[in-house]
Amino acid sequence: MGKKQVKLMQGNEACAEAAIVAGARFFAGYPITPATEIAETLAKLLPQNGGTFIQMEDEIASMAAVIGASIGGVKSMTATSGPGFTLKQENLGYAAMIEIPCVIVNVQRGGPSTGLPTLPAQMDVMQARWGTHGDHPIVVLSPSTVYEFYILTIKAFNFAEMLRTPVIILSDAIVGHLREKVVLPDPSEIEIVNRKKTDVSPEKFLPFKADEDGVPPFANYGEGYRYHMTSNNHDESGAPATNNHKVADALLRRLHNKVEKRRSEIIITDEIMMDDAEVAVFAYGCTARSAFSAVEITREQGIKLGLIKTQTLWPFPYEAIKKYANQVKAIIVPEMNMGQLVGEVERVACKDTKVTPLNKFDGRMITPEEIISTVKEVI
Amino acid sequence: MERYEIVISGFGGQGVVLGGIILAEAAAIYEDKNATHNQSYGPEARGGASKSEVIISDKTVHYPEIEKPDILVALTQEAVNKFASNLKESSIVLADSSIKEINVANQVKVYSLPIIETAAIEVGSELVTNMVTLGALAAITKVVSKEALEKSMLSRIPKGTEELNLKALAKGFEIGEQVI
Repeated sequence: MGKKQVKLMQGNEACAEAAIVAGARFFAGYPITPATEIAETLAKLLPQNGGTFIQMEDEIASMAAVIGASIGGVKSMTATSGPGFTLKQENLGYAAMIEIPCVIVNVQRGGPSTGLPTLPAQMDVMQARWGTHGDHPIVVLSPSTVYEFYILTIKAFNFAEMLRTPVIILSDAIVGHLREKVVLPDPSEIEIVNRKKTDVSPEKFLPFKADEDGVPPFANYGEGYRYHMTSNNHDESGAPATNNHKVADALLRRLHNKVEKRRSEIIITDEIMMDDAEVAVFAYGCTARSAFSAVEITREQGIKLGLIKTQTLWPFPYEAIKKYANQVKAIIVPEMNMGQLVGEVERVACKDTKVTPLNKFDGRMITPEEIISTVKEVI
Repeated sequence: MERYEIVISGFGGQGVVLGGIILAEAAAIYEDKNATHNQSYGPEARGGASKSEVIISDKTVHYPEIEKPDILVALTQEAVNKFASNLKESSIVLADSSIKEINVANQVKVYSLPIIETAAIEVGSELVTNMVTLGALAAITKVVSKEALEKSMLSRIPKGTEELNLKALAKGFEIGEQVI
């Protein structure tokens, strides 16, 4: 049995330490509040662990460097906030198209634009899904505690390597800056996934020929394999195929299916006091903390409130909503934005129950009391 | 102890943020409770308002924000002015004796203590204002033990400053004990 570590840890520090455990050995980024501590911690930890830390000239170049390092075989990441996340979108689409594993952390602050630089928000949920153009696949995870930030960072690298796709962690200024007690597993007991490597000879290698799971085995640059990476539509050899409808159809389907096939592995939800719930709150990120407190308080008052909490935003956990849509009188969706994920809840639940948004976007957390008063309105 | 909410507010350079971390760590690691710490500060490294929010609880702390603190530690007049209207009847205020105006509800218990003076003159450095503060806080509120604070402090402070910080903590504890 390994030794558990009990620590008082900040969310951003937890992310950085977890990245090392996950095997990340490259970080390129540009400092931005409220994500700076991730870069700061990795600037110390990466060189100590044989890795490389680069502060780049800007956010765009950071994303490019991350993709380049991963093509070379090194697990890579960057961390940013809304304004930087916007600048990374073009290269993020490139990574999705050429199937390069990497992890992008966005510690959300209030927007639009540079907005509320030091204050929390959950305004980048749809940008994380659709920010880069084209119908690309994406995995987006969102922690609500320091412990979850640690575990999700490891999972983000695992999912990225398993699927050969970029994975986004959407944290927020609350979870990023909060220090709390964590009991971490022994690093030797944590499952680490590494990318699938090709076993064919360089002459026979087709870089985009996928296995049955939809994921092509990898050959890192510099290992003697011929490899063409174009952002254009391409065939299995990597050659551009910009007028081939059959190839275009097959590629986009495969890119999506490789993620969809593993929904059950990727989607992480928790159901809290849902068995007998008459009203549900659906929440994620720091808002799930307020929702959890609201459940504890209302239960003492005899109100049957439950919480469906998700750590995976995309692919969206439609199953978890569907499971309870018939059981509850209403699903309340608190978000620190003007209503983003609530639309997905409505898509799956609107015929069976009432879906009530609760929105706040002034840089302050939604309080348990605000959730409770919404519960009392819908009961 | 269900949930104890503590705000430590002062000036950049008084060690308010580190003091809050040491308090939270004393409770979370050395007394096996749950604790969270949050901070805010102005853009300046020194000077400008600085604040630590610490929640200590036997249960998991979900909602991590403080609306009405159980304990307010105020090292500046500005800190008192800012938080005075957010106190409960059961709240306790530990204010530095340099603060002249403390307008709080009658039921609120106020302790006026020479925190900054003790750090600067008796211990010899304003940099340890935070440790004097924590010593006094522990003596008056018993929210954590002095021993847990010592252990937590020693794990967080720079090497070579142990003696100074231990002295500050002890002096703080003394001035706290004198008023209870």
